[in-house]
Amino acid sequence: MSGAPDPGSEVRRDGLHRTAPGREARIGARGGRRAGRGGEVVPPAEFRSYYGRAVIKPPVWKAHNIASYLFLGGVAGGAAVLAAGADLTGRPDLRRAARLVSAGATGLSLTVLVADLGRPGRFVHMLRVVKPTSPMSIGAWLLSGLSPLVAVAALDEASGLLPRRWAGLVGRVARPGGLAATAIAPAVTTYTGALIADTAVPVWHGAYRELPYLFGASALAAAGGLVAAVTPPGQAAPARIAGVAGSVAAQVLDPAVHRRLGAAAEPLTRGRPGRLLSASRWCSRVGIALLAASSLRPSRVLDVAGGLALTAESALTKFGWFYAGIDSAADPKYTVVPQRDRLTDTADATR
Amino acid sequence: MTDNLLEGRGDPAPDSGYPQPPPRMGFFTDTSVCIGCKACEVACKEWNSVPEDGLSLLGMSYDNTGMLGADTWRHVAFIEQDRPLGRQNNAVALMPAGPSSTGRNQEVVAAGLGERHGAQLGTDTGAVRPGPDPGGPTQPVTADGRTELRWLMASDVCKHCTHAACLDVCPTGSLFRTEFGTVVVQEDICNGCGYCVPACPYGVIDQRKDDGRVWKCTLCYDRLTVGQEPACAKACPTESIQFGPLDELRERAAHRVEQLHGAGVTEARLYGDDPDDGVGGTGAFFLLLDEPEVYGFPPDPVVTTRDLPAMWRHTALAALGVAVAGLAAFAGARR
Repeated sequence: MSGAPDPGSEVRRDGLHRTAPGREARIGARGGRRAGRGGEVVPPAEFRSYYGRAVIKPPVWKAHNIASYLFLGGVAGGAAVLAAGADLTGRPDLRRAARLVSAGATGLSLTVLVADLGRPGRFVHMLRVVKPTSPMSIGAWLLSGLSPLVAVAALDEASGLLPRRWAGLVGRVARPGGLAATAIAPAVTTYTGALIADTAVPVWHGAYRELPYLFGASALAAAGGLVAAVTPPGQAAPARIAGVAGSVAAQVLDPAVHRRLGAAAEPLTRGRPGRLLSASRWCSRVGIALLAASSLRPSRVLDVAGGLALTAESALTKFGWFYAGIDSAADPKYTVVPQRDRLTDTADATR
Repeated sequence: MTDNLLEGRGDPAPDSGYPQPPPRMGFFTDTSVCIGCKACEVACKEWNSVPEDGLSLLGMSYDNTGMLGADTWRHVAFIEQDRPLGRQNNAVALMPAGPSSTGRNQEVVAAGLGERHGAQLGTDTGAVRPGPDPGGPTQPVTADGRTELRWLMASDVCKHCTHAACLDVCPTGSLFRTEFGTVVVQEDICNGCGYCVPACPYGVIDQRKDDGRVWKCTLCYDRLTVGQEPACAKACPTESIQFGPLDELRERAAHRVEQLHGAGVTEARLYGDDPDDGVGGTGAFFLLLDEPEVYGFPPDPVVTTRDLPAMWRHTALAALGVAVAGLAAFAGARR
């Protein structure tokens, strides 16, 4: 074969193209390099695959259900904690806002989760077993435990609409219920990190150490922001602080996640997830600035704008991570290259 | 090895609570004798009443199935390579034609697969539509263009892992371990949550679009319980698919690798037979003639739940952080 013209070269409409790859195509060999956020350079992704087909299956979850849930569950849990704090420190307006936000987000969470199953009646199968090896099973139980507690707390805020006999009963159980919710609510905000990390999706599993912290911080930002936006400025201070603290924590964790993932962080930086996560960082900066300003001089306008910015930050983060997972599962590069590198490293170590 | 049941060596049936299980059963798929007849695909569909999933032509090889899915429990892969098989003499120099794999062909495949790399679910295998100009200039077929040639064919199937991620993450208990050490979905329990789909490190289990539930190879659980071999193994005309007790299959496979190495096929290697790999060894393992990724297998799969204890620790710690931060906000707030 030596000296022969390259059998892979060919002529196409747009000109001459050389070297078609062999049948065991080295897909991605022409891929550009791109510095990640941590400054790392993606190594040349030369690898082999079966006709460029994906190795693992991307999640079948619908973004408008499950990515929404990652966000809503965080709001529900974070707001439940704020409601308990407001109850204990005697801030009735803040308590009312937080309880209603928490119950509303919990209701929406259940709605989108059940909707994703296709047939609502199937949800009860989740409650057949308690399975610690399945974050989804534990999550279903956490949410089942949280729902009645935040519901009764929210009913208390609307006790004027209830028959008098019921209002009395609700009034007696609302406070213990709301306080008991704080035992479950924080876990609802963080287990979603384990939920998506406990898969073969490279970018999700690779970040399993950081995702619970990142999602918890993002939940606090969203809950604090949303509650601050709907609370009179005089009582909104704790919500502002919680929102800003959560948002700052999320921004601090972000580069740590990228460092951990190295080249595997690529799906977080490009395409739709890249745009969503970049927008999320901007919303965070804006929200932090506005709420900090409102802390110095309380203002309804600043609270609403800043609070909604932090809420948007959290939603964008969750959707960004969701879509990054889909991208990293759909491209065989993200599955094959790290595993091949691992095998090479092991072989080098034993040599 | 650790003391939990999430990783390391294990014997799945006793570990799952069967006191006196039969020997662990599995498949040894020897791809070196696969002739790509797809009898396994057909037998599987017939026996298990698996629905039709698109009669599409993928345009990439003789493989028009694409990949495993909800309605494809056996999948025969075809890989055409410009190299000889072992010391085989293909007499290529005497053949009249050039390489059958052209750049044009590659392009059509890539266009058909699209951005999703053929990862569509619900067993949409990604049919290839003809390109804008199929009649464009073809590659000159000259004597100089001839290459050596070998076909790799391999019948893929659910691996029935020792540590099965799909089973671990299933929130309903629909996926269960049988007494034979295999992994099976109970379709009346599956609630369509889809968690097992991205959990599988091999991309095997998949959701059926019209009913939302997941389906995969059962290793013909119904046949096993009455002492029959699975339909695919029964139908395989070359004994490429061998069924039996896993210990026996592993012995047989090791012998076969030796034999092939002696015959000059030095690239023969086993995949999934090692109980110390990331999934504790698979119940269905393979003899391959190239790297696993060439066949669409992950080169070093790891069961995701291996790291679950650490995930729970981080989750608990993070939850504590959220609780403390949320309540501390009240301490920091002025009246």
